[in-house]
Amino acid sequence: MNATTNPIDLRLEDVTKIYPGAIALSEVSLSIRGGEVVGLIGENGAGKSTLMNVLGGTIAPDAGAIVADGQSHAALTPAQAIELGIAFVHQELNPFTNLDVTGNVLLGREIRTGLFGRIDRTAMEQRVQPILTRLGARFSPRDPVLGLSLADQQLLEIAKALAVDARLVILDEPTSSLTLSETQRLLEVVTDLRREGVAVLFITHRLNEIEQVADRVVVLRDGKNAGDLGRAEIGRDRMVQMMVGRDVKRLYQRKAHEAGAPVLQITDLRTQTYPESPVTLALHGGEILGLAGLVGAGRTEIARALFGIDPVLGGTVHVRDRLLPQNSVAAAIAAGISLVPEDRKAQGLFLEFSISDNISMPSLARMSSRGRINRKAELALAESSRNRLSIKAASLRGPAAELSGGNQQKVVLAKWLAMEPAIIIFDEPTRGIDVGAKAEVYGLMQALADRGVAIVMISSDMEEVIGVSDRVAVMSKGRITGILNQEQLTEEAILRLAVE
Amino acid sequence: MLRKDLGLATLVVTVGFVVALINPRFLSPVNLANTANLIGLFGLFSIAEAFVIVTAGIELSVGSVIALLGVLFIDMIANGVPWPVAALIVLALGAVIGLLHGWLITRLRLQPFVVTLCGLLIYRGTARFYTADGTAGFKFGSSFPTLEWLVTGRTWGVPHSAVAFLFVAVLAWFVLHRTVFGRHLFAVGKNEEAARYSGINTRRVIVSAYVICAVLTAVSAIFFAMYTRSVQPSSHGNFYELYGIAAAVLGGFSLRGGEGSIVGVCLGVILLQELQNLVNLLGIPSSLNFAVMGSVILFGVIADTQFDRYRTAKRHAATRASLGKPR
Repeated sequence: MNATTNPIDLRLEDVTKIYPGAIALSEVSLSIRGGEVVGLIGENGAGKSTLMNVLGGTIAPDAGAIVADGQSHAALTPAQAIELGIAFVHQELNPFTNLDVTGNVLLGREIRTGLFGRIDRTAMEQRVQPILTRLGARFSPRDPVLGLSLADQQLLEIAKALAVDARLVILDEPTSSLTLSETQRLLEVVTDLRREGVAVLFITHRLNEIEQVADRVVVLRDGKNAGDLGRAEIGRDRMVQMMVGRDVKRLYQRKAHEAGAPVLQITDLRTQTYPESPVTLALHGGEILGLAGLVGAGRTEIARALFGIDPVLGGTVHVRDRLLPQNSVAAAIAAGISLVPEDRKAQGLFLEFSISDNISMPSLARMSSRGRINRKAELALAESSRNRLSIKAASLRGPAAELSGGNQQKVVLAKWLAMEPAIIIFDEPTRGIDVGAKAEVYGLMQALADRGVAIVMISSDMEEVIGVSDRVAVMSKGRITGILNQEQLTEEAILRLAVE
Repeated sequence: MLRKDLGLATLVVTVGFVVALINPRFLSPVNLANTANLIGLFGLFSIAEAFVIVTAGIELSVGSVIALLGVLFIDMIANGVPWPVAALIVLALGAVIGLLHGWLITRLRLQPFVVTLCGLLIYRGTARFYTADGTAGFKFGSSFPTLEWLVTGRTWGVPHSAVAFLFVAVLAWFVLHRTVFGRHLFAVGKNEEAARYSGINTRRVIVSAYVICAVLTAVSAIFFAMYTRSVQPSSHGNFYELYGIAAAVLGGFSLRGGEGSIVGVCLGVILLQELQNLVNLLGIPSSLNFAVMGSVILFGVIADTQFDRYRTAKRHAATRASLGKPR
């Protein structure tokens, strides 16, 4: 189906999707036509991903309709979505590393030849090459995917979408791991697509990109439409205000912390991912140190190495002048380090286990005598955590899976607070949680810092980094490219260091 | 007791009731004692299997270990080794096998299925080679009164295998459901990554599970060897691992790990023996034995998943109602 001759006309009408414990989408409407670039913005947890999955046919809405080319559907199937010419560029990169570039781009649409349907490699490569050229990719159709950088993998995803002659391309934070020049290149491709009559739905946190390319902006907040902006109205402040629904400054109520004695000293730490880049960093009690950088800059690797998850290649870590044994989570915990991991569902929680079981998991040893668990103490801990962090749960014996993202994050936090840590590493602490919960998490971090706990916050959310941190260390390609103090903290300064 | 266990207990009682109605001999002391003996024998290694399954692993060499250690035990005693020494050696060998499996799985990162499948073949082959494919047995007329009383004897009509099973079951229940180690077993089985992030030494937990499994299997091997009094290594203990897995699955253990209860696996063992008994007592051709067992397990698992889906749907409906349905 060709976009130029037959532009798409797609409308979502009052789409509602309810999950246990949360309404993901509540009567959301959105329309898009061929030749139009629509920016879809909203905070983490505003419902953007759910909306995207409704369009892709992987989530069936509970109410509402999807009207495509004049035909109304209660839900799309993935096959229908493909037939309509809807293509996705996902934020998460899942290339098939056992195939080469061509194999990935044309996966499922291999060109066959001859009697036995042999795969025609030459024809496939000839089809892929122009797409790569158009994207300005620095790799060729025959390159193995295994060696591609994150940015190149992102381009590969985009190439996949272009290869299907889509009528609607949905880009989900496509630039989060791209450098500035790569981003510019991508925005040009978006403009090209518009000229060809393709509709583009552009999801991003980087509002300046929206300002550059979008014809119209749809804002989501807490699963609801928070308003639309026409081309003339698109402006940074306006968008932020609509996304957050209140003044941003009130969200980040920063207090200056007195940096206390140094608690953590990292010296020449080398991780498996970046063995050539030793990292040296000091952390003081009572401060919040932001760790900024692009995705894949090596921030999570530092956290994992500190916490003993990944083997360390070299360097030392001292906690309060005592050498931390390497590669032992138990030793890290004993030294007073806690990690609130990046992937809450896979690393932070046992989703099917009860809230109470989750909270007590690391402190079981202290709540038992001769191996036998004191179930009263366990429940008392859960109860006091619920009060302290105001966890909204019907029952502490209910599974953690049924909590909203924000409350799940509080459970992860509760399990570590029970250990009374001296150092807490937060890895993307507010990813996928709503604005209200965000404010609570920030409040908790501030309160902990006030009590002298040293906090490291890894975050890709610029506003968060600037709004919460006392100091910010910026990483790029495994190195710390700079440390910014309060006065130097601007988005531009961070970005410049992040792409260094 | 979990709701799942309650359902299974109901099934056990119902099947028993129906069989007793059709053939009252089901409730005769002789039949009950014999069934209890079999439940005890099969229960020991089923609990062993459960410890591995809860960590999302599997142990396929149970039957072969029972054959190999059984052969060794009988041969040692027949050749004059005092039986307590022989028993200790067998238990120690069990521990070594468990350590080996655990080491291969956690250090060399091999899949449990592969490791224990190779174990199944290796131990069976070794047992057959050891006896030159003959039968290991005692010399005519030899007897070991203390050992025989301990393992195959009865107290007030209750077979000691059943007593041992009950003892092990209570201990296993305590370990799995009341101790920190038990909680760690569930945690590692449900989400190994989150377990590591919680500071649990996942490797040690997994190795321990395989050691517990193999040692319990060794205990079971001694009971089986004394029950049959002669071990034919090509057939002794064949398919027992599958029997143990079936009992665990019936008892609510998920092969994905992190789920199950000791009460459940015990009820699973009882139900399987009850079915075997049913086939015998109701005059169903014994060739249909496996077919009956398979059908009941399949039925049980289907009922269980359907019931789960129903409960999840109900919970979702409840949250939906509490959140207030938009318009």
